[in-house]
Amino acid sequence: MLLVIVDQDRGVLDELSLQAITFANSVDPSAPLVGLVVGASGREVADTLGRFGFTDVYLATAPDLNDYSAAACGRAAAELVSTLAPTAVIAIGSQRGNEILAHLGAILGLPVATECTSLSLGSPTHVVRARWAGNLMESAELHGSPAICSVVSHLAPPAAAMNQTALVTEFFPNFTDTDLAGQVRSRIAESEGGTSLADAKVIVSGGRGVGAEGFGPLEELAHLLAGTVGCSRVVTSAGWRPHAEQVGQTGTKVAPDLYIACGISGATQHLAGCRNSKTIVAINTDPDSPIMAVADYAIVGDLHQILPALVAATRTARGI
Amino acid sequence: MEILVCIKRVPLSGAKFSLTADGRDIDTSRLGFTVSPHEECAVEVAVRLVEQHGGSTTVLSLGVEDAEEQIRDALAVGIDEGILLVTDGEEWDAQATAGAIVDAIAESGKSFDLILFGNESADASGNQVGIRVAHALSRPTLSGLKGVQVSDGVLVGERPAGSVREVFEVSLPAVATVKDGAAIPRYPSVPGRIRAKKKPVHRSTPTRPLSLLAKQSVSVPESVGKQTKILGSGPEGISALVDVFRSIGVI
Ligand SMILES: Cc1cc2nc3c(=O)[nH]c(=O)nc-3n(C[C@H](O)[C@H](O)[C@H](O)COP(=O)(O)OP(=O)(O)OC[C@H]3O[C@@H](n4cnc5c(N)ncnc54)[C@H](O)[C@@H]3O)c2cc1C
Repeated sequence: MLLVIVDQDRGVLDELSLQAITFANSVDPSAPLVGLVVGASGREVADTLGRFGFTDVYLATAPDLNDYSAAACGRAAAELVSTLAPTAVIAIGSQRGNEILAHLGAILGLPVATECTSLSLGSPTHVVRARWAGNLMESAELHGSPAICSVVSHLAPPAAAMNQTALVTEFFPNFTDTDLAGQVRSRIAESEGGTSLADAKVIVSGGRGVGAEGFGPLEELAHLLAGTVGCSRVVTSAGWRPHAEQVGQTGTKVAPDLYIACGISGATQHLAGCRNSKTIVAINTDPDSPIMAVADYAIVGDLHQILPALVAATRTARGI
Repeated sequence: MEILVCIKRVPLSGAKFSLTADGRDIDTSRLGFTVSPHEECAVEVAVRLVEQHGGSTTVLSLGVEDAEEQIRDALAVGIDEGILLVTDGEEWDAQATAGAIVDAIAESGKSFDLILFGNESADASGNQVGIRVAHALSRPTLSGLKGVQVSDGVLVGERPAGSVREVFEVSLPAVATVKDGAAIPRYPSVPGRIRAKKKPVHRSTPTRPLSLLAKQSVSVPESVGKQTKILGSGPEGISALVDVFRSIGVI
């Protein structure tokens, strides 16, 4: 039996978690799939999970658990592990998925393999996992049972819905005060309007080569292409642009239709965030910079000359 | 307030990783070293909290002798003292690392009110050392924070989640894992560097337990060999680029 942790937020299913179901099925197609949903607000989510192939779904609730708590999710999973003895516990490699598994591993005293791309169960279990945000792959042995793993997001497609239902069982884990203390207390709406980086179809991104005062033409071009501005870490750590615009390993991972990298060298940690863009354009003075190796198109030259002219030409092409 | 920040020395590669001959690790012979931006932010958060509330800060790293460089970098931006848990360079998995940190905290004789980590290390990306330490010390933990405040003995943490920011509150003593963006790290000043040389760095040499997540080998993923089309040098490439915009349907 495989246990899949399905995240939900105030009654809304986390779509990424559906990828963990597909991954679990590929690990052991013959094993029954059991799902865990935490929080009374997830009752409807739990009721509809059967269609994704679960035989059983467990819903963990407590009167004092009113919102998401990573520690509480880990505790609930630990209780299920002790009653059901699954061979593996699988979650999606999102912030929540990974932190829930970390709590589970800490409670059970077991190792956790995050960001896996492959898992073959046994003793020991063999995993392949992403280090350096996917710039390096690691083969490793994972000892102990169950195998606790998260799967890299966007590796597997989301599970398809079928005409099926599962038995939903509510249970009441023994949450500690500490588990309950970690709940979300409130939410604040993010102030910035406009398209968020992760959803943008076009990103005009700037690096050190742009300079503190140079982002005007990038904003104009982004506006003309109905996109948004991104940047490298050099730019955010200099305080030129807000961190919400940073693309890369410790910023946002993006996959727009068009990514225009202006004055960005293409360090592995930056590429980790933009490599999956459909089309990459580089504008750089250095024809040997690493960004050139991943770009589909490039203009070699000074962005301070190229960008204003590109803005004008784009405006003309759009007839405005 | 007493704060501990835990950091990890990692190689800094530019374009692509090259591997050692046995395929078990990155060839670091020609690389510089650094810590993750997450940890740089954790250090900055610690320094700011103590500037605001008073107290003292300690930085800890488990790593090779040369990790003293990363400890001194943290001392140069205002951390008061360092702890180096010296290893022989073999990989310590997250459980082993957390265990060594818990032991070092006990040995330090300090009762840190707040223990800060990066959300995940740059290299292993395990996402779990801080949370494991919190469980071992029976403390509450908040992870993935991009905003950290303390008021009246309460840790208030924030992090983005879709179109909102989630807000958390737990009482100190607590553990928090921090992400890049939580603060803009300051650069070390020259006097800061000089002061850092005189600050104490305590050493101990923990014994590595068997890894339960044991790295066997590493590989660099095949990059999709792209044919880069150079559209031109300088402004001469612009009309071709506008044609590209048109052909992929963004104008
Ligand atoms: C663990 C870790 C995580 C990291 N995470 C991230 C991350 O999330 N995102 C990120 O971006 N970085 C990240 N970094 C930092 C990364 O390693 C690089 O330092 C950074 O991406 C470099 O930014 P850059 O390309 O803007 O600057 P540089 O590397 O300095 O490159 C500047 C480029 O601009 C070009 N240039 C200069 N002037 C001009 C001009 N006038 N016209 C055209 N081109 C010009 C130069 O040829 C050069 O290629 C991380 C590092 C570590 C260790």
